[in-house]
Amino acid sequence: MTSVTVAAAGRKTRRSGAHAVRRKLLVHGVQVAVLVVVLGFWQLYVGSDSRKIILYGVPSGIVGRLKEWITVGTAVGSLGDQIRVTLEEALLGFLIGTVLGIVFGLAMGRVRFLADVFGPFIKVLNSIPRIVLGSVFVLAFGLGLESKVMLVIVLVFFGVFFNAFQGAREVDRNLIANARILGASRWQATRQVVLPSAFTWIVASLHVAFGFALIGAIVGEFIGGLQGLGVLIKTAQGTFDANGVWAAMVIMGAVALAAEWLITRLEKRLLRWRPPQLSGPDL
Amino acid sequence: MRKDFRSPAGEIYTALRDVDLTVGAGEFCAVVGPTGCGKSTTLTLVSGMERATAGWVRVAGQDVSGITKGVGFMFQTDAILPWKNVLENVAAGPRYRGVDKRTAYADARDWIRRVGLAGFEDRYPHQLSGGMRKRVALAQNLINEPRILLMDEPFSALDVQTRALMSNELLGLWDLTHPAVVFVTHDLEEAIALADKVVVMTAGPGGTVKAEFPIDLPRPRVVQEIRFEPEFVDLYHRVWETLRAEVDIAYSRTQSPAGVTR
Repeated sequence: MTSVTVAAAGRKTRRSGAHAVRRKLLVHGVQVAVLVVVLGFWQLYVGSDSRKIILYGVPSGIVGRLKEWITVGTAVGSLGDQIRVTLEEALLGFLIGTVLGIVFGLAMGRVRFLADVFGPFIKVLNSIPRIVLGSVFVLAFGLGLESKVMLVIVLVFFGVFFNAFQGAREVDRNLIANARILGASRWQATRQVVLPSAFTWIVASLHVAFGFALIGAIVGEFIGGLQGLGVLIKTAQGTFDANGVWAAMVIMGAVALAAEWLITRLEKRLLRWRPPQLSGPDL
Repeated sequence: MRKDFRSPAGEIYTALRDVDLTVGAGEFCAVVGPTGCGKSTTLTLVSGMERATAGWVRVAGQDVSGITKGVGFMFQTDAILPWKNVLENVAAGPRYRGVDKRTAYADARDWIRRVGLAGFEDRYPHQLSGGMRKRVALAQNLINEPRILLMDEPFSALDVQTRALMSNELLGLWDLTHPAVVFVTHDLEEAIALADKVVVMTAGPGGTVKAEFPIDLPRPRVVQEIRFEPEFVDLYHRVWETLRAEVDIAYSRTQSPAGVTR
C-alpha cells in the first residue's frame, strides 16, 4: 500500500515539473505573440507614410533612432550621459524621500502628539498637485541637479510616509509590550519591533515610489533642464521627432524594469522571514 | 487596588475592585475566574504596562511605576518576533540589556536546549508549531531569570496533549530558577495541577479575590496523572464549589443586555 502511494507521488512530482516548464513556455510564448501583434500592426499601419511617421512614429524608426543615439550620440550629448543624469536625480531624490518618509511616518505613527500637530499640514500638502512645485524648484534652485532632486523628494515622500505611518500604527501591541518587558528601551522597541514590522508596508510603497521618482526627474527636466532623458524627449518633441520620444520611453522602460527587479530582490531579502501566504498570483 | 478603564465614549468601567493578593517569592500562584473578571488586568498591573487607578502594586517591596524590573510575561497569543529566528528571539532580552552578542547567544543556546528546541535555532517562528513557539516564549522569558513570571493563559491555544506536556515542562523549568509565578487560566484542572495556591476571582465588572486555596499536593508532580489522585479530586470539588457560583453570575450577565461584557 505504502509503496504504491510513494510511486504515485513520485510520478506526480515529475509530471508537475514538466508541467511547470510547459506553462512557463506558454506564458512567454503568448507574451512574445502580444508584442509581435502590437508592433506589427503599428508598423503596417504607419508604413512609410511620412506624415504618419511624424504623428505616430514607427517601430523600425524607433530602433533606428536608438542605434543612432548609441553610436553617434544625441542632440544634447552622449546617450549614456543622459541616462546617468536622469538616474542620478531619480535615485538621489528617491533615497532622501524614502528615508524622510520612513522617519516622519514612524515618528508620527508612534507619537500621538506629533500626529495631532502635523496631521493637517501633511493632508494639505498631499492634496495639492505637487508636480506644479517643479516650476517653483526650477526658479529657486536653477536648471541643475538640485531642482529635480527636490521635485523627486516631494513626489516620493508622501507615498512612503503614509505607508510607514500606517505600518507603525498597525504594529501588534503585544510584540511591543513583550519587547519592553524583556528589557527593551523605547528606542530599542522602535528600532527592533516597530521598524521591521512596518517594513512590510514600507517596502510595498517603494515600487510606486520609484515610479514617482522617475516621473519627478523627467518632468523636472521637462520644465527646465540642460541634460537628461526629459530634455531628450523635449528636444525630440520640438523637432517633430515622434520616433525620438518613443525611443526615450523605451530607455526609461528598461531603467524602470531594472529598478523594479532590484526592489523586488530587496523585498525578498527583507521579508524572507514571512511565511509564503499569498493566495493571488505574483507580478 | 482598583482599576478603572475609560471607554472611548467616556464611561468608566471598573475592571478590578479591592483586589488584595500577595504572592510569596518562588510561589506558584494560579488565578482562576469567569471570563471578564479581570484576571488579565491583574497581570498587566503587576507588569507595569498599566497603572492601578487606586491602591498600589509592589514587587519585592518596590512600588510599580513603569515596566517592572525582573518580571517576565507570557502572553496568550504569540509575542515572539516573527522576523527573528529562534536564537535571536531567545537572546533578545540579554541583547536589549547590552550583554555582548557572544555571551547572549551562548546563554540562549543553553535555554533553547533546556526547553527542548535544540536544533531549531535558525528556524523562524512561522516554521514552528504552536507548542514550539510557546517554548521559545518561555526560554525568552526565563533567560532573563525573572523574579516573577506572569502567564496569561499561555497554553490556551494548544491542543490538550501538547498542553499537558507543556505544563509538565513548565514545572521542570520553574524548578531551575524558581521565580514566583502568577498563572492566569480558566482551566481549574490546570490550575490545581500546577500551583501552590489557587486564587478564585469573582465575576466582573469589578472583580475581586473571592477565596484562596492552598494546594499542598506533593512535588514533583506529573500533570497528566495527578488528576487521578484522591486529594486532587477533593481539592477540585472544593474549589469548583466556589468558582461555580461566579461562573453562573458571569454567564447570566452575558445574557442580559444591561450586563457589561468585555
